[in-house]
Amino acid sequence: MSFEVPSELEAELDELTTHYPHKRSASLMFLHALQEHFGFISSEAEEWTASKLGLQPINVHELVTFYPMFRQEPLGRHQIKVCRTLSCALAGAKVVRDAFCHKVGLDLHKHGPQTTPDGLYTVEFVECLASCGTGPVVMVNEAFHEHVTVEKAEQILAGCRGN
Amino acid sequence: MPQEHRLILRHTDAPGYAPDIECYQRHGGYEALRKALASSPKELPDGKKISPQEQLREDVKLSGLRGRGGAGFSCGIKWSLVDRRSGKPIYLICNADESEPGTFKDRQILYKDPHQLIEGMILSCWANDVRLAYIYIRGEFPAGAKILNGALKEARAKGFLGKNILGTGYDLEIYVHRGAGAYICGEETGLIESLEGKRAYPRIKPPYFPAVLGLYMCPTIVNNVETLCAVKHIVTMGGAEFARLGTPNNTGTRIVSLSGDVKRPGYYEVEVGKASVGELIFHENFGQGLREGRQLKAVIPGGSSSKVLKAGEKFKMKRKSAEGQMVTVDVDLLDLPYDFDSLQAAGTMSGSGAIIVLDDTRSMVDALGNVSEFYAHESCGQCTPCREGSLWMSKALDRLSHGQGRKADADYLLHIAQNIQGRTICAFGEACAWPVLSFVRKFKDEFEARGAEQEARRASAGTTEGTSTH
Repeated sequence: MSFEVPSELEAELDELTTHYPHKRSASLMFLHALQEHFGFISSEAEEWTASKLGLQPINVHELVTFYPMFRQEPLGRHQIKVCRTLSCALAGAKVVRDAFCHKVGLDLHKHGPQTTPDGLYTVEFVECLASCGTGPVVMVNEAFHEHVTVEKAEQILAGCRGN
Repeated sequence: MPQEHRLILRHTDAPGYAPDIECYQRHGGYEALRKALASSPKELPDGKKISPQEQLREDVKLSGLRGRGGAGFSCGIKWSLVDRRSGKPIYLICNADESEPGTFKDRQILYKDPHQLIEGMILSCWANDVRLAYIYIRGEFPAGAKILNGALKEARAKGFLGKNILGTGYDLEIYVHRGAGAYICGEETGLIESLEGKRAYPRIKPPYFPAVLGLYMCPTIVNNVETLCAVKHIVTMGGAEFARLGTPNNTGTRIVSLSGDVKRPGYYEVEVGKASVGELIFHENFGQGLREGRQLKAVIPGGSSSKVLKAGEKFKMKRKSAEGQMVTVDVDLLDLPYDFDSLQAAGTMSGSGAIIVLDDTRSMVDALGNVSEFYAHESCGQCTPCREGSLWMSKALDRLSHGQGRKADADYLLHIAQNIQGRTICAFGEACAWPVLSFVRKFKDEFEARGAEQEARRASAGTTEGTSTH
C-alpha cells in the first residue's frame, strides 16, 4: 500500500505549521491528523512528517513511542477505552472492561490493547479520563460514555454494530 | 450552612446555557475585556504613572489568587517573576491537560463555557504583553478541542482576538494544541517540551524556570484553566472584592471534584476554606455522605498524588483563641477547612481540588495498587529513581493483590518511596512516592497482615505439597 496524504489534509497541516514560530512544534498535531486519517502511524507517516517539518525520522518516531495515544499498528474500527484509574475502579471499571472483552470474544486476562480478528473492536484499559464523578467512564472512538454498567456496555456494542 | 458559591460555574449548568459566543455575551461575556482595555493609566500620588496592564497585574496580586492546578502558587507572584527585559517575546500557555486522577473540573469549563476561559486568557495575555498563546488540551478531550477551536473562531470574528483587538492596537493569537495521553505534560516544563514537539521530559530548575527560560527559551507563563477564568472575575469585581471571597490567604472560589464512595459525587464550587472536608463529604449540599451502612476509612484530599488522610486522624493546628492569642488545638480530619494552608498543615495538600473518598469496604492495599499502577505507567523515564522505583512499587503491590506478597513488603515499599522523593528532576517523584509513604505508614497493619497471611498460606501449601510428593 503506497503512502499518500490527500492534498486537502496536507493543506490543513501546512496551515497548522503557521501556528508556531518553530515548525517542530506541529509534530503532535501532525501525528493526530495522520492517525485519524490512516488509523495508525506507519513508518512512512513518520518519514513524511519528518520531511515536512525539517526533522530526522527519529525525532518523530520517539514521539510515537512516548505518547500513549499514538499507535504503530492498525486497531479495531471501534476503539473501546475503559478508564481503570482509582475513582472508576471503585465504581466498577473492571467488571465493565471484562464485559466488553467477554462480549466481543477477547481474553480477559491479557494486558494491553486487544483487537478482535475481524478488526471490528479494540478493547483496552486506559488511565484517568477526567470524569471521576461519573465513573465508570468509557470512550468509544471520540464518543464519551458515563456511568457505564454491564447492561450499558451491551447497548454501546449494539450501537457499534449499527455502523 | 455550607453551600456552593458559583462564580466560574455560575451559568454552566443553567438550562439553555450554550457554549456559543452569543449566549456568553448575553450573560455579560467579554464585558470584562472591554472594561480592561478601555481603562487608562493611573497616576500615583508621587507622580508615577502605572499602565492599565500593570494595574491589572497589581489587581491579581491584591486578589490573592493562587494557582488552581496543584501547587497553589500565587498567580500574581508568578506573573511578577516574568522576565520583561529580555527583549524576547513572552508566551502564555493555558494548562488544560487535566489529568490528576480524581480531577474533572476543567472539563466543565472547557466543554460548557469555553469563552470564559478565552476571555480570561485574553485579559491575562494583555496584562503581560503576550502576543501568542496556546491552550494545551489533553488528547483525551477531542470534543473539547473542537469546541475551543470553534469558540476561538467566533472570538476572532467579533474582534476580541487577532489583530487590533477592539481597536486598541493590541494583537493576540491563541491556538489549541493537543496532547497525546501523557500525564507528565501537566508538569509545566514537560508541557513546554511537548509543545516544542518533543518528548515531555521535564526540565531541570534552575535554570529552566518558565518565567525566564520557557517556551523556545523565552519567558513563559503557564496557568491552569480555572486560574485563568478567575482572572476574568478579578477584572469584573476588582481584586479587593475577590479577596473578600474565601478566607485569608485562601481567597476566591474553587471547584472541588468529589468522587469515590459518596452518595452524590460531583463538582462543587465553594468559597475556599468555607466548607470543611467533612461538610464536603457529608453535607446534603455536597456529597450527602456514604452509602448505607458504610463507614469512612480514608480521604485522598487533593488528587491521587496527595498524601492520604485516615478517618479519625487529628492534626495540630494554630488557631486564634477567644482572647486573641494563638493557641495549638487538635483538629479532626472532618473539621479541616478545605483550603490550601489547612491541608498543608495536615501534612498533605489540596492539590488540584480533587477529593476521593474510601469507605470501610475498601482495601487500602488494592487502592494503592491502583494508584501506583497509574504512576508506573506515567513516569516519563528520564530519572532512574522514578522510572525504576515507580515500577518496583507497582510490582510489589501487584504481588500483594494477587496472593504472592510478603509481610516485609510494607517496609520494602517505604524503602523504595523514600529513595525516590527529592531525587528527581520534577515533582513526579513526590507524586508517586507520597501515596505509597502515606498509605503504608497510616495503614501498616493492613499491609503487613495481607503479606503475612499470604506467606502463611504459601508455607502451608508448600508443606502439604512436600508431604504428598515424598
